[in-house]
Order: sequence, then structure tokens, then C-alpha cells
Amino acid sequence: MAKLPVIFTVNGAEAAEFVAADAVLADVLRDKLGLTGTRIGCGQGTCGACTVLLDGEPVLSCLTLAVRANGHAVTTIEGLATGGTLHALQQAFADGFATQCGFCTSGMLVAAKALLDANPDPDRADVVDAISGNICRCTGYEPIINAILAAAADRRGAKSA
Amino acid sequence: MEQVRDFFAAERGKDGKAVGTSLPRSDGLGHVTGQTQFYADRHFPGMLHLRMVRSPHDHARIRSVDTSAAERMPGVVRVITHKDVPANIYTILRLIQVEPNDEPVLAEDKVRFRGEQVVAILAETEAEARAAVAAVKVDYEVLPAVFDVEEALEPGAPLVNEYHGNNWFTYEGHHCRRVRLGDVEKGFAEADHILEERYQSAPIEHAPVETTGCIVVPEANGRLTCYSNTQALFFTLDNAGLILNVPFQKLRLIGGTVGGGFGGKVDVTTEPVAMLGAMLTGRPVKYAYSREEEMQVSSPRAAERIYIKDGVMNDGRIVARKVRVYVDAGAYSRHSPYGTTKAAAHMPGPYTIPNVWIDAHCVYTNRTPSSAMRGFGVTIGDFALEVQMDRIARLLGIDPIALRMKNAYRDGDMKAHGELTKGAALVETMQAAAEVAGWPISAEDAARSSLKAGA
Amino acid sequence: MAKARGRGVAAVNYPTGMNLGGDPSQALVHATTTGNFVVSLSSTDLGQGLKTVMQQICAEAIGVPAEMVIIDTADTDTGPHCMGTFASRGTHRIGNAIIMAAKEARQVMMDVAADELEVGAADLETDGKGNIHVKGVPSKSIPVFQVALAAHFKHGKTVSGRGIFMQTRSFPDPETGKMIPATTYAHACTIAEVEVDTETGEVAVLSLKSAYEVGKALNPKMVEQQIVGGAWMGMSHALYETTEPYYPSRAHGPLDFNEYLMPGPGDLPAFEGVILERPSDDGPYGAKGVGEMTANSPIPAIANAIFDAVGVRIDTIPITPERVLRALRAKTLEPEKM
Repeated sequence: MAKLPVIFTVNGAEAAEFVAADAVLADVLRDKLGLTGTRIGCGQGTCGACTVLLDGEPVLSCLTLAVRANGHAVTTIEGLATGGTLHALQQAFADGFATQCGFCTSGMLVAAKALLDANPDPDRADVVDAISGNICRCTGYEPIINAILAAAADRRGAKSA
Repeated sequence: MEQVRDFFAAERGKDGKAVGTSLPRSDGLGHVTGQTQFYADRHFPGMLHLRMVRSPHDHARIRSVDTSAAERMPGVVRVITHKDVPANIYTILRLIQVEPNDEPVLAEDKVRFRGEQVVAILAETEAEARAAVAAVKVDYEVLPAVFDVEEALEPGAPLVNEYHGNNWFTYEGHHCRRVRLGDVEKGFAEADHILEERYQSAPIEHAPVETTGCIVVPEANGRLTCYSNTQALFFTLDNAGLILNVPFQKLRLIGGTVGGGFGGKVDVTTEPVAMLGAMLTGRPVKYAYSREEEMQVSSPRAAERIYIKDGVMNDGRIVARKVRVYVDAGAYSRHSPYGTTKAAAHMPGPYTIPNVWIDAHCVYTNRTPSSAMRGFGVTIGDFALEVQMDRIARLLGIDPIALRMKNAYRDGDMKAHGELTKGAALVETMQAAAEVAGWPISAEDAARSSLKAGA
Repeated sequence: MAKARGRGVAAVNYPTGMNLGGDPSQALVHATTTGNFVVSLSSTDLGQGLKTVMQQICAEAIGVPAEMVIIDTADTDTGPHCMGTFASRGTHRIGNAIIMAAKEARQVMMDVAADELEVGAADLETDGKGNIHVKGVPSKSIPVFQVALAAHFKHGKTVSGRGIFMQTRSFPDPETGKMIPATTYAHACTIAEVEVDTETGEVAVLSLKSAYEVGKALNPKMVEQQIVGGAWMGMSHALYETTEPYYPSRAHGPLDFNEYLMPGPGDLPAFEGVILERPSDDGPYGAKGVGEMTANSPIPAIANAIFDAVGVRIDTIPITPERVLRALRAKTLEPEKM
């Protein structure tokens, strides 16, 4: 099968790859760009571990054709921290013991970032809705929900400070 | 979460400096930045992908295997059958001297569960490996299968596993693991009430978000390095060494960071064939379970059927308990003979009962072999025991916590398996839970202590 | 249509370690010349936080801050043998092995410090902050890092240690089952409150209130992680999960997460828990294994709560809406049963 060019930005940096037409974004990110923070849990779009942002919207990168990213901006877990400073969500997950094995964490954080970017003051139901596509087998979800709410409050506090 | 310090205060030493504090997890920052490295987060040029041809039948004889079409398909580098496996015996319990070994690595003349592995395909890409799997022709003669544990024990049931000669694991000449204390029949004769009930569970999957898998890299010096998410590196190394018939020092297992285990990554399933593939091709090989394989092919928690017959007195004392446990091991032993012993050891629960009879059966059926899962040998037993306690409480008109208090084990009490109880804390744990939940308990129960042997 | 509420209780214990013992683990500890202590293991962290707990145990045993301890795992070339992470054995077996190794390393460290400070080793204590000083004279002090350098470059001594822990293997009597399954047991008691919808058969777990006796909570927040995560998995077992929904038939087995049902973030009960400690006499600082036990008590507590709510006894798990409805229907047709 002939390869197709994909030119896009990942976490603000330009990327250019030749990919098979049926290559999925998750594999291109992990295998070609070395961004292994995006995890693959099922390859079928049912667990959410592979969640990345495509132009700010959460997508399942295991079901997104890589060519779809051409001309667009992708954000992965590696793009959450800025200039060495963790995103409030990352800090809240670490401080709040909201991660155990860590395999779902990347997808959770990206989904949560999409939520907070769109809605800086979510209530518990909003958070539950935002992470309903992300399966966690270890934590029982409660610490994750609390961490996301804490991060949202933290960011609102920082803004008004 | 509050730590209730009143209980056992005299037994607790002084607080530590480094222990007893909620030190932030050392892997927390790696997890939240995506920098934590799991086995699959490595790139090896020339890596081959392994996909497995699996039995579509619950029980069948293999008449023939034709891999010729698969071998010619694009991207296919090597096809592996049982003939290529140096010691085609899956030896998992042999290392702790529990035999017989009853499972092939790749099926030879029979398949005994739907999903059993038959032929391995190594190809340049996942897609090419999958396509070649579909091109392998296996001629099966379907055989009658058995799925119910008690039916499997009946004479005339289809024989699942010829290595055993019958559908149960033999425990030193017995058809089950036995625990005997006192005389249950005498206890039943003296009891005010008899309660006989049956409990049932179905297989349960670990479903970690990271599926089981490994990458094997042949090193220049002839050794094999295997990056794996196994829960037990040396267990895996030793088993693989026996299967590959190579000196153990040739193998190196690297791992330690696992995306969820829950007991689902102790079966040593992917490493031996992946290592063989690396040895035969001289190239790195990745063998990772798909989610479908993780769901239906990887071993689940065993289904269990448990019969409990209790003799109880009007005042709440359980004077005799007879338990029959049937552990559904599926087609092969894996860890079930060990787990069934653990189930027997756990009975009759944390209660002091003078007459106990336990028969725990490890039974073979034509389903995915079961194995260890969080609470192995105990979880389903606890379901049965604690629902039974609730039934007794209702039967006698006694509060469910009061009933448990009456029978709770205490220091110095004799256990069914012949040991004296020490370090008991069931009484205090119930007192604390009742407090949290606002469940009223009697003054007598509030004053009980595990430190004094029960009457 | 009616929603009925009920409450149920379950109390359990759980053994620490591989059943019948015979599951050794080893650890090696050494002081580096760069200010750390490295613990070499072949043990796996499944997400339960083994690496963190072992860091704390080593730090406590040597008498240095946890930040000075590096856990190096897992490579079978460099880490000594470990049976594996399962059976709630990690903290207990590997923790004990580390204490043994750390004590040996600490002894050498204190001897070298004694030489450096020109006192007897018995007169010294660690401050847990990275220094060793004379008891009662905190100013007469030397940093642990200095001691490690002095040991290597000046005294020609290795500040290192070796450890192993094994519970001797027990063999059950074939006739009576007399055996030693474990030397230490943790405990749990859960009270579940549920609401059953008698029209749909769905069960909502409103709350789980529990007490856990864990020997010693070496890292309380991580114990809490096991408690909360385990309670969720227990609820999932009780009401949702199976690979064979029509067991013993294999029909309609789920193939993916669309079909393998588990409670989501919108299905969570209110959770309250407390921790008790009755130190294990052979656990590291009294700790017992807790990773498995936490999923167990919620399951029968929920089943018992369902009976309390609607008077039907379902003795098969998972307790699906179908099973609840069938039981309710049978109840209306049959006389009162237990």
C-alpha cells in the first residue's frame, strides 16, 4: 500500500510523517513520534486510554486514522505540562493519589483537560460525563473525580489571584 | 481515612518516621506525565508481530494442520507449531512440585477449550499476521464437551484432560482437598436447626487496562531479553526455560511496571512462544493479547459452586459446618489445584466451629482454564459464607452482626485446619464498622474482645 | 413501580502470602557514593504502589529519609529472586527481606560513623533526616552521605546488606487437611446500603461503610487506594461482571468493554471507611497484605442488602437485573422462603 504524507502539529511542534492509509493516529504517535504516553488498551475505542485532543476535542486515537490529523493540531499527555510546570490536573492527580497503575491516567487527564478548557467550573455530574469514556480498573474513580474538581477549583483560584 | 487508634493500642509500637506516612507515590509524576514506561513503550527495529491461531471448538481432536497457504502470505516470516516447541509442556505448577503437567504450549492432537492456541504466526505487521492466521487450515473432529462441574464428575462424562485420566485433580489419592475437624454428623444430630444452601458464581475476568504481553529481543551474545508485564519475573523465566529447554541463565526478564494485574498476569502465557519465535527468527518478537483474547482466552477467576450445610443452635452458635466446594478449573490445571487448597484452608470462615468438614474439588471442564485472580480461593467462598451467615441470622431471628459476634474467632481458638488462632481482629473490625454505619450493637457485643478465647 | 432500600453486612478475614508458604523473596541494599541507598529487587509493581512502600520500609530500617532510597526493579540479571507479586505477599515478604538487608547495611554504616566520630556505635542514632549523631548531642553529627563516602574511599567497607524472607512451606495432611496456610490475617467488615428498583431489577449501591484491620498502614493513602479501588471491584463482581453470563453455557460471552459490564463513574456509592491496626507479629512494622481483601466484603454485603430490601435471596453472582426480577416474580408465586 502506498504511503501518504501527514503534516500536523503535536503539542505545538510540527510533525511530518509518511503513513499507510489505514494507519491509526495512536500508532503513529507511539511508534513514529516516540510519544508513548498515549496508551493502547483495546484498539477498539472502548476503554479511552488512547484519548488525545484533535483541535482541542477529545478523540480516540486508536480509531482515528492518522491521515485525519493532516493540517490539524494534536495534543497528547506529553503536551499538558508547559515549560516544565505541570498542569493543575496533573498536580491534582499526583497529590490526590488518583493514579495507581497509571495506564488509564494519560487518557483521563486529556479528557479532563478538554472538560476544563470548555468549562472551568464543572460540577460532579459534568466531570462524570467527561470521563465516562475512560475505564479505570484500579482506583474506583472517586479519587479521579475529586482530583479533577480540585484542579478546576485550583485554576479558578489562581485566575482570580 | 480515619485510623481508629483505640483498638489494640497496647500492641502497637511507636510511630515510625518513614512508615505510617502518606508519602507521595514514587511513580505518580511518571504516570501523570505519561513518562512511565510499560513493556510496550519500546521500539525495536525489525520487530515481528505474533498472532495465534486458536481453536473455535470447545473440545475437538485435531486431524490435520495445513499452514502452507499462511506461510506464503505477504509479510509472514515464520509459522510455529507444536513440533517446534522443544518441551511442549506448560509447566506452571511443576516449579512448586505440584504435578502432573497437563497442558501443551501449542496444541498437538486435541484442543480442550474454545480459544486454545494451536499455531503461531510471526509477520512483519499485525495486519499481515492476522491475515495469515485466517489462512491456516485446521481440520477438527468435534468431540462432546462438558461444561457443568458436577456433570463433569459423573461417570461417563466426556473426559476433558487425559493427563489426569478423569475430570478432577487428585490430592494425594483423594478426589478433593479435605479438611476434617471433630464430627459434623454428631454436630448435626445435636443441632436445633439445619440449613443447607447452594451458592454459585461465574468466571470473572481481570480486565486490566493494559493487556498481557511481552517483547522478546535476541541479544548479540545469544541470550534472550524479554520485556514483560508478568507479575512474576522468575516464575516466568523458569517456566520459559523449561519449555524452551535452554539453560535458565540464557534468559533475562525485565519488567516491574505493570498496567494492572489482579492475578491475570501470572500465567506465563505469552513469553514462551514469543521467546521461541525470537530464537527461531533471530528477530525481536512482540506477542500481546488483543482485548478479545484478554477477555475470553486469558484465564479468568474460576467459577465456583459451593454447598454449605450448617447445624445451628437457637442461641446462634454454629456447631457443625459441612462445605463442598467445586472449583471450575476449565480445561487445564494452571493454578487451580493450589487455589482449591487455598479455598479449603479459608473455610469455614473466620468463625470458631467445633465440627467442620470441607471437601474442595478442582474440576476440569471444556472452558478457558481459570487461574489466579484478586482474592484467589477466597472471594467466592466469602460470598457464600457471608450470605449463609445472613440466612442463619434470619432463621434464628438474631441480628446479623450479633450472630457473627457470637461465632467470631478469637485468639487461642482452634481452626478447622488444626492451627490455633492468633492475631484475630474480626470482633473489633465489626465493632468499628457498626460504628461507621450507625448499626446498633448490644452492650455485650460492644464489650467483646478478640484477645479472649470464645466460650 | 417501587424502589426499596435495604442494608446488609459481611465480615471477612484474608491471609497474607502464598497459601502454605514456600514463597521466598530476596532484596539487596547498598549505599551509593552519590547520596542514595539502592534497593535491588526483581519484584513487580502492579499499580498497588509496591515501589513506594518498599522505599518507605528501607528508609525506616536504615534511618534515613525516604527520598534517599531508590527502588531498582525489575531485572532478573540484577535483582535477586522474588516469587512475584500476588497473594497479597508483596509488602509482607519483600518488605521483610528489605528490613533484613537494610539492617545489615545500617550496621556497617553505624560502625563507620562511629569511627568517623570517634565514639562507640551504640552511642549513635540516625535522625531520619539524613544524619547520624551522638545520642543526646545532636551537634556531634555526620551526614549519612559523608559516611557512605568514608566507608568506600577511606575504610574500604561496603555499606550494604542482603535479605531474604520465607515462610517455611507447609504440606497439608491428605486426610485431615491439617496445614499452616498463613501466619497472619487481615480483616474487613462492610455494611452496604442498596436501593432496588422492583420494576427494572436494577440495584443501586447507595453506600458502603467499612472497617479494615490491616496490621499497620505503612502508607495510609495507599491503603485507602486499595480500599476504595477494591470496594469498586467488589461492587462490580456483585452486580455486573462475568465472562459467561449464562454459565455453565459459554454462550454470549463478552468480547470487549462494550459487553463486559463494570460500574462507571456515575454509579459510585458514597464511601466511608476506617482503618484499624492489630500489628502482625511477623509483618514489616506489623503490616499485613490488603490488596485482595478489599474487594471481598462488599460482595456478600450487597447481596444481603438486596434481601433486606426486597426479600429475595439471590445466591448466584453477578446479581443482574434479570436475576432480581426473576426472583421477585418467583417470590410472588411461592410461599415465603429464606
